[in-house]
Amino acid sequence: MDTRYMADLGPADEGWGRRQFLFISTTLTAFAGLNFFIWPFISSMNPAADVEALASTEVDLSAIEPGQSITAVWRGKPIFVHHRTPEEIEAARRDDDVPMPEPEPDEDRVQKPEWLVLVGICLHLGCVPRGQRTTDPKGDFGGWFCPCHGSHFDTSGRVRSGPAAQNLAVPEYTFISDDRIKIG
Amino acid sequence: MAQKYNNRFVRWLDERFPIFTAAHHQMYEYPMPVNLNYWWSFGSLAGITLVVMIFSGIFLAMQYQANVEQAFDSVERITRDVNYGWLVRNIHQTGSSMFFAIVYIHIFRGFYYGSYKRPREITWITGVVIFLVMMATAFMGYVLVWGQQSFWAATVITNLFSAFPLVGESITTWLWGGYAVDNPTLNRFYALHYLLPFIIFALVATHLIALHTTRSNNPLGIDMKGPQDVIPFHPYYTVKDLVGVGVFASIFAALVFFAPDLLTEPDNFIPADPLVTPAHIVPEWYFLPYYAILRAVPDLWLVSAKLAGVIAMFGATMIWLFVPWLDRSPVRSARFRPVYRVFFWLLVFACVVLGFCGARPPEGIYLIISRIATAWYFAHFLIFLPLIGLIEKPRALPQSIIDPVLPRSDHFAREPDVLHARRRAVGAGVLLIVTGLTAAAFAPTPARAESTVSVDIPVLEHKLWTFKGPFGSFDQAQLRRGLQVYNEACAACHSLRHVAYRNLSALGVGFGPEDIVAFAAEYQVEDGPGEDGKMYMRPARPGDYFAPPYPNKEAARVANKGMYPPDLSLMTRAREDGANFLYEFLIGYEDPPPGFQKTPGMYFNRTAPGQQTGMMPALADDYVDYDDGTRATVEQMAQDVTAFFAWAADPHMETRKELGLKVVIFLVLLTFMLIALKLEVWAPVHQRIHADQGSGVPKGTGSEAQNTS
Repeated sequence: MDTRYMADLGPADEGWGRRQFLFISTTLTAFAGLNFFIWPFISSMNPAADVEALASTEVDLSAIEPGQSITAVWRGKPIFVHHRTPEEIEAARRDDDVPMPEPEPDEDRVQKPEWLVLVGICLHLGCVPRGQRTTDPKGDFGGWFCPCHGSHFDTSGRVRSGPAAQNLAVPEYTFISDDRIKIG
Repeated sequence: MAQKYNNRFVRWLDERFPIFTAAHHQMYEYPMPVNLNYWWSFGSLAGITLVVMIFSGIFLAMQYQANVEQAFDSVERITRDVNYGWLVRNIHQTGSSMFFAIVYIHIFRGFYYGSYKRPREITWITGVVIFLVMMATAFMGYVLVWGQQSFWAATVITNLFSAFPLVGESITTWLWGGYAVDNPTLNRFYALHYLLPFIIFALVATHLIALHTTRSNNPLGIDMKGPQDVIPFHPYYTVKDLVGVGVFASIFAALVFFAPDLLTEPDNFIPADPLVTPAHIVPEWYFLPYYAILRAVPDLWLVSAKLAGVIAMFGATMIWLFVPWLDRSPVRSARFRPVYRVFFWLLVFACVVLGFCGARPPEGIYLIISRIATAWYFAHFLIFLPLIGLIEKPRALPQSIIDPVLPRSDHFAREPDVLHARRRAVGAGVLLIVTGLTAAAFAPTPARAESTVSVDIPVLEHKLWTFKGPFGSFDQAQLRRGLQVYNEACAACHSLRHVAYRNLSALGVGFGPEDIVAFAAEYQVEDGPGEDGKMYMRPARPGDYFAPPYPNKEAARVANKGMYPPDLSLMTRAREDGANFLYEFLIGYEDPPPGFQKTPGMYFNRTAPGQQTGMMPALADDYVDYDDGTRATVEQMAQDVTAFFAWAADPHMETRKELGLKVVIFLVLLTFMLIALKLEVWAPVHQRIHADQGSGVPKGTGSEAQNTS
């Protein structure tokens, strides 16, 4: 069939300004609307209210002997709760001034010296360091050792060698009694 | 022939992968008839709705659990806890209804204007196939919710296949992956519900390839006869389709934000129970005509009613595949087919009647009407369509689209004004009738008194619920009183398992974070296993859900004379007109009228189905002691606790309405802008048409009124 169109219907000169204005304003409005439309969907992938509500975990400390650790779960992450011996506290404090990737005095990392609470995730690439069980390798500094890429952590959870550039994080926690903490 | 592009990258890419040339070809060069009306917008609307459905569905799939233990709860979690989950779900659920509405209009537009006829048979057939796959997809999606209607829809539909002789049983077992609808069924439906939309997407591509080969039909049903009949797709029909999108989006949004439950069945807010079939199982509105056909067909000769019904139901759509050959008339558009036009509207009427009957029990007058309408439906295609083509004398066809003025035919001279107005009046009338019938179909079936003595149910004094209406909101003080009533009068037997203590922050004064911690701590919930490997009870925390009165359904039954006190989280949505029902139920206890045969252990309640209930009257005047000094009459408590349950069932209602108002206003505004832009873009075309028609000189190049090329 004939593929020519109705005689040239290009924009009439006198209408061009108005048409352009309408075109641009409508397009902008539509795109703004499209953005608003997409936002709820993107937002739906963020943690939901029930996930946020599980933001705290309580840990009973009474059963943890000095030198022992337990692993609690907070927001799906392992939390190392370590009952430090006086020797470990001493070792951590002694090294406060030793050069390390992220220097931080031990007393800033604990609320009570005998209780060390850490997010048990190596901030290199997210593996869980070994050292929680008595039989685990504890690395060259007596704390934890990350099996993935060989980072060593001391008895304050600070990185001392290996690829990690940050210390094991200390989560927000509070002592709700002498032998009970609430994480988060 | 590659276009010349100035941008070097564009040129480089286009020479290797001619996407720009193709886009240009399909947009700027694709010839469209100049006279398409807004009924032609429904094709692109269907495409856009498909994209919206796939898009929203993917986000729902990220949160949904396809497991019979978790499916219903995960859907509730989406609507309650997931950020904007209620919106995503409402869009997807309402979207399915909108999708069918659009596609039905699209299909009947094809019927009216003869779009299925030579040379567009393949476009039509691919369309019918799309529709078949779409029905399967919608059905499986509906099952995923795993409410009562979901479960029984799955059971009934899969059982259809058992009608086939010899292999029927094996087919149903195979479909189920077991011996009843169960977890394997749900899992495969989920897999297929995710897959099929993409198949539809591919089928849409075939639909469009066929369409772009034969070009669009138009309201006159004649071919484009020359340049005067033709305009490029872009910008004319892009902008015209966008006007349709604006109107559609406004209606869609109004439903999503203000009437999300309008098109759904209350029973689907009750979790699936394989042991109890609901009193009325009714499909979604878009399947009602098929449901009516299924139930209308009686035993036919050697074929059982069951098999015949199934064949008729599937045949009702399959028959469309043959319509291009059943219709013998060479004239496409019903505008020129006076007899067909009447029969077209009779077909529409038959379908609406079938939809109406599909929502009713298949008894008495409804069954008779269903049978007549079913017979008419099939007669339309098998008898009338071929016959009309042979006996009908079509009106004379115009020579050209743009110049449909023929000598001695005042029909077309009057076309633009008088006939147009008349047609619109008729159209509006039909639309009104259709809307009225649909509304009637959805109206609650009058409850049939099952007792021997009929009791006068007093005219319900409708409470002024603060949460009704497009601007309604909850009265926090009332919700607090309602919570107190629930706690003191209901919680001993009824759970509220979808509501968490943290949600109580919506109750305002007295429910700050610390208050909620204290409130929750008064309840015991099971947790564990502890270090000793055993489950233990601990005080509830804000993140916990309302502690259930019984550890499980069986314990609840044992404690309540074998009857399970239902969970109340969704009660106001799980009953027709739930808030009023619940209120009337709570105040509905009275002495049975003389002669009423009450089952032992039951209580007379004028609102309960069958006018008796196993629930003892829970409220008595001053049963609770309100802190705010409100007098605790039975009516007051019933009203308060009902409002509380309405909140529990729809905790995001206020956000929904507030956001909805903004969205609808925005979309209406955008629609007006699109209309202005459309008028501006089309102005030269309109001028041109008026100039041509005003001159009275036929511009058509074709000299014969032949509508096939």
